Amino acid sequence: MPDDALSPPAAITVEDLHKHFGNLHVLRGVGVTAQDGDVVSLIGSSGSGKSTFLRCINMLETPSSGRIFLGGEQLNLKPGREGLVPRDRHQLERFRARLGMVFQSFNLWQHMTVLQNVIEGPVQILRLPRAEARDRAEAHLARVGLWEKRDAYPAYLSGGQQQRVAIARALAMDPRVMLFDEPTSALDPELVGEVLKVIRELAEEGRTMLLVTHEMRFARDVSSKVLYLHQGQIEEEGPPEQVFGSPTSDRCRAFVASVH
Amino acid sequence: MQWYWLPDYLPRFLEGILVTLELLGLSIFFGMALAIPIGLVQVTGPWPLAWAARLFCTVIRGTPLLIQIWLIYYGLGSLFPSIPGIRETMIWPLLREAFPYAVVAFSLSVAGYEGEVMRGAFRGVPRGELEAARAMGMSPFTVLRRIWLPRALQNVFPTLAGEFILTLKSTPLAATITVYEVYGIGSIVRQETYRIYEPLLFVALIYLLLTFVMVIGFRLLERRMPRRTA
Repeated sequence: MPDDALSPPAAITVEDLHKHFGNLHVLRGVGVTAQDGDVVSLIGSSGSGKSTFLRCINMLETPSSGRIFLGGEQLNLKPGREGLVPRDRHQLERFRARLGMVFQSFNLWQHMTVLQNVIEGPVQILRLPRAEARDRAEAHLARVGLWEKRDAYPAYLSGGQQQRVAIARALAMDPRVMLFDEPTSALDPELVGEVLKVIRELAEEGRTMLLVTHEMRFARDVSSKVLYLHQGQIEEEGPPEQVFGSPTSDRCRAFVASVH
Repeated sequence: MQWYWLPDYLPRFLEGILVTLELLGLSIFFGMALAIPIGLVQVTGPWPLAWAARLFCTVIRGTPLLIQIWLIYYGLGSLFPSIPGIRETMIWPLLREAFPYAVVAFSLSVAGYEGEVMRGAFRGVPRGELEAARAMGMSPFTVLRRIWLPRALQNVFPTLAGEFILTLKSTPLAATITVYEVYGIGSIVRQETYRIYEPLLFVALIYLLLTFVMVIGFRLLERRMPRRTA
């Protein structure tokens, strides 16, 4: 852990993460640190490894090597057949409960209503009383503007609405850090705005988050730090003004210019 | 046509309906209790279990139910009495009856067919929904109980409903091992009254009614489920 005993531990620290897919070395020592309240955006062309990196943090993908800390506590990993596996399943589950994930494809549970989707985690995992979970879920749905849809099934919602429910579902777990995996990439252009608005509000109220995105303007606006990934490595890292304004890497300059 | 016998035998037909429904209900219960793990291990592994489940489904689906019933009743049924001391145990009264053998045979049949259905059902649940559950910190068992299984069952509910109705109409096979369900009662009537067509017609009518009730019941259940995504 790269901090001295005096400073409070970072919300999340990932160190030297490597990932092999067969012969492909898709992550070559990627790391990131976010203090509480930080918004870290990961940008880069597709195939750069940014989504894989995010998915390694909560072990949806198996990293080959690396270290993961949440609030100063290290995730216990041991070598397995295809990479690192958790030494203690319960610790991993505890970690995951504190890492709220929002997926590109929403992944709402289709057999549950909107409200049931948001209540499920707090009741099943945090063991909250149903009535309390319900009150909190309704409040979260209200803040993403979907309280009226609480009894609808996800299939009846637009993509933008589904993604806002997914954000409410993640929020209901009161996570320490939120992971956004290209949250607007599957949306019709006219629906992107409503989702970005919610994420922006979360950023403004001090939510700690890691955000993989193709929305460059948005990343520039909300981030405290931006990482540019290229072929599994961090090519450029810094405050958004630097990464977007005056990058030191030629590749990053070319990438930023191409998407603007 | 002559129906004079009907009032005399009506109470026995009611008993027969009860036996049919018990046989069907127990077989669906135990059969599904087996079908769920049989379907699941074929998706999750480990491979020896998946292989065994696969083999079981193939054997059950590849052989006639009538033969399975006879093998279990005459085969297993004749093995048990040769176990020394078994007549003094508490399960002996059960082993002497035909009904438990019918329940075992029908349950295994349901397990074989529905195990195959459940394999497809588990596989058909979108990966992302399971990932979302795992990413939230659910234990594997909670994922199965709250997300994977209900989602899978919902997807194949109409298929299962159809299969259960088919199972109802296989239950007369149990009469061949002296289980007096609806068809068994019909045979008794035939033997005792020498009327052939009327009891058969009446038996057919009962199955038609039972099927009708099941269809309505499943439809009501299905309506209470969320509509599937396009």
